Amino acid sequence: MSIKIVAKTGNEAMAEAMRQINPDVVAAYPITPATEIVQLFSNYVSDGKVDTEFIAVESEHSAMSACVGAATTGARVMTSTSSQGIALMHEILYIASGLRLPIMICGVNRALSAPISIHCDHSDTMGSRDAGWIQILSEDAQEAYDLTIFAMKAAEKVLLPAMVTSDGFIISHAMSRLDMYEDKKVQDYLGEKKPAYTSLDVDNPITIGPLVVQDYFMEIKRGQIQAIIDAKKQLPILLEEFNKTMNKNYKVIEEYNMEDAEYAIVALGSTAGTAKYITDKLRQEGKKVGVVKPLVFRPFYGEDLVKMLENLKGIAILDRSDPQSAMGGPLFTEITSAFYGHEKQPAARNYIYGLGGRDISYDDIKDIFKDIAEYFEKGKKEEAVKYITIRE
Amino acid sequence: MPTIKELTRTGDLFTSGHRACAGCGGTIILRLLMANAGKNTVVGAATGCMEVVSTIYPYTSWDVNFVHNAFENSAATVSGIETAYRALKKKGKIKKDIKFIAYGGDGGTFDIGLQSLSGAVERGHNMLYLCYNNGAYMNTGIQRSSATPFGAHTTTSPAGSKIKGKMQQRKDLTEIMIAHDMKYVAQATPHNWSDLSNKINKALALNGPAFINVLSPCPLGWGSDPAQSIQIAKLAVETLYWPVYEYENGKYKINIKPKKPKDIEEFLFVQNRFKHLKNEKELIDKIRKHLNEKWNELLNKEKCTN
Amino acid sequence: MSKKTWKEIDIASIINKPGSAKDFKTGDWRSQKPVWNEDKCKQCLICWVYCPDSAITVKDEKMTGINFDYCKGCGICAVECPFKAITMVEEKK
Ligand SMILES: Cc1ncc(C[n+]2csc(CCOP(=O)(O)OP(=O)(O)O)c2C)c(N)n1
Ligand code: SF4
Ligand code: SF4
Repeated sequence: MSIKIVAKTGNEAMAEAMRQINPDVVAAYPITPATEIVQLFSNYVSDGKVDTEFIAVESEHSAMSACVGAATTGARVMTSTSSQGIALMHEILYIASGLRLPIMICGVNRALSAPISIHCDHSDTMGSRDAGWIQILSEDAQEAYDLTIFAMKAAEKVLLPAMVTSDGFIISHAMSRLDMYEDKKVQDYLGEKKPAYTSLDVDNPITIGPLVVQDYFMEIKRGQIQAIIDAKKQLPILLEEFNKTMNKNYKVIEEYNMEDAEYAIVALGSTAGTAKYITDKLRQEGKKVGVVKPLVFRPFYGEDLVKMLENLKGIAILDRSDPQSAMGGPLFTEITSAFYGHEKQPAARNYIYGLGGRDISYDDIKDIFKDIAEYFEKGKKEEAVKYITIRE
Repeated sequence: MPTIKELTRTGDLFTSGHRACAGCGGTIILRLLMANAGKNTVVGAATGCMEVVSTIYPYTSWDVNFVHNAFENSAATVSGIETAYRALKKKGKIKKDIKFIAYGGDGGTFDIGLQSLSGAVERGHNMLYLCYNNGAYMNTGIQRSSATPFGAHTTTSPAGSKIKGKMQQRKDLTEIMIAHDMKYVAQATPHNWSDLSNKINKALALNGPAFINVLSPCPLGWGSDPAQSIQIAKLAVETLYWPVYEYENGKYKINIKPKKPKDIEEFLFVQNRFKHLKNEKELIDKIRKHLNEKWNELLNKEKCTN
Repeated sequence: MSKKTWKEIDIASIINKPGSAKDFKTGDWRSQKPVWNEDKCKQCLICWVYCPDSAITVKDEKMTGINFDYCKGCGICAVECPFKAITMVEEKK
């Protein structure tokens, strides 16, 4: 397989993946830090590098609405957005999944207002975590590229929409090495889309999106829930297929330095990369530390996480968003609830960090490992949820 | 212009068994719409009475492809469908010629859906947008919209002892659509079925966006006799409450010019939503004056563009 | 009709049977009933145009009657018929 090695930002990497996917329709609206993806893609359209029909809509609400419309025809459909854009799409996100339309968002994570900020946190992804979408967070530009290609196919297989995101500016605007596949390789991997239905067969008309009252609503929702339960089984198999085809080694949950680990950081996106680097350093000092990175946040692989984490002394769970008076950040509450009733109960502490693009440094990661060890040793006396990277 | 006999040949693409109130004007409009549009059509609907009553799972009144997404986005949704159609046609995956229609009530069109309509029209999608305008949010229980006429009682502009219903004039959306430099914009009523058919056909023959604003009598929301729905639509035209006109390639044409317009009270007081105005001479004068001004404006526009 | 279980339902609440609303009868909503006088009828089909419920039956471009499975008794046809060929009477239940 021939690979082209280039230097690209996360946004360029995602735009390249979109170009190679060559969707039938893209409907999108600009928003920092995802704007560049939309601009680059418009250039591909203008230069005839893709066959896509591009709809420069007047809002993200209309972007997702047009995506839903386009996807009902059976067309392959993508968009790109961030933050307020995802929030504005919120209503239609549920409709996309409810109608079982495999639309893809190439997202760039950015804090939700207020205060307004253009920088990274995960409040946008997490705000849509109950919308029935497959949600994948990438660690670097390479993952953003690979997983965009993977998620398009996976979404079409399980007939659910998918969003792949990269951390705003940290990944989206940072240049790094990117290994690109040949265009044809991507096309062959994706294959023809087989939609569940189409709104364009005029000889066999269907009604899409009817009103469903009490007599059927639960049955229909249950069917949709089954789709994401099935997707949870399918995604590892599909990822294996991707790995084989593209010579990669992705897992829905990645383990790093975990074999004999006593303490681990669980983190999403770019922070997992920083943490991995630190565990290499700390390992040299003899510290038994590792990293667990959920690549896929939805569906949530709670059982797998329990297996990976059950023998630890302490788990440091990092959340880059705060759900405002829940029992911790989304990753923390999901993992601790997965542990409920389990025989082994490692100490778990939640570190809310990096909101609105606040830096998380190597030292911060080291401090977290120090803190979680103390938390365990002192018998979990302090509050479970801790705010870090903040001036106290 | 199709005759009734010709229209009956299309068969019912919008069928019986829908749950609209007896005498609902909206369903008369949809039947006419589909009799003219024919089988090779995709319809996108905004949430509202005409979507709710026609698609209660597992029943559908639609014998064409029908897509309902949400309340404020039927134009955006259909712009996606129409665009995907072009993409798939280019690739040879679709052979047939298909027409695209988006519709919404006045709430879904004048208010919450105005942005998505404006965007879709500006982008030039090939679709007919039809607004069935019953002058309020009927589906949620008769709340005011920006299409609700001055003085009308609704549940959010109730006629009370101090405030006599809605105290703002209705928005002139037809003119707003004309300001989009569209090739075809029209107002119509179901009473003038042949005029409405004509307009639907003109709109669908166009390669680009068209907009039709159709007055839609609503016995429930207007407090009127269901049997009189069509007669009230007629009165609306005869009293200058609802000018029937079109704007085609830059030219205005008033399709129906009442020789001797009837007084507005004849329209108002066959509906309970205006009954509190019976002794409000000043308010009625205000309505009368506004309608006359709008009518004269329209006559001028017709003169100036022809 | 026994209702489907969640496993039997088509994907995503899609309705695959176009015009299935015809299986839903609305005739029992009626309190008034239109009576058609065929002798007076001149086959103008105005009633067909205006009937909100497609309850005026037409075959080969001729009115053949009223389908009481769907007629809601709104009375529009009686008002609009130019030849007074339809009159409304009390529905006997
Ligand atoms: C975002 C959103 N806001 C509010 C509603 C509730 N809602 C549904 S239909 C409707 C009113 C529809 O009014 P209109 O468009 O005039 O159509 P009508 O019901 O009169 O036919 C409203 C307010 C909704 N479905 N979605
Ligand atoms: S409330 Fe009005 S618009 Fe809605 S179904 Fe009844 S008559 Fe028609
Ligand atoms: S009474 Fe109304 S529903 Fe019945 S046939 Fe006449 S117009 Fe149709």
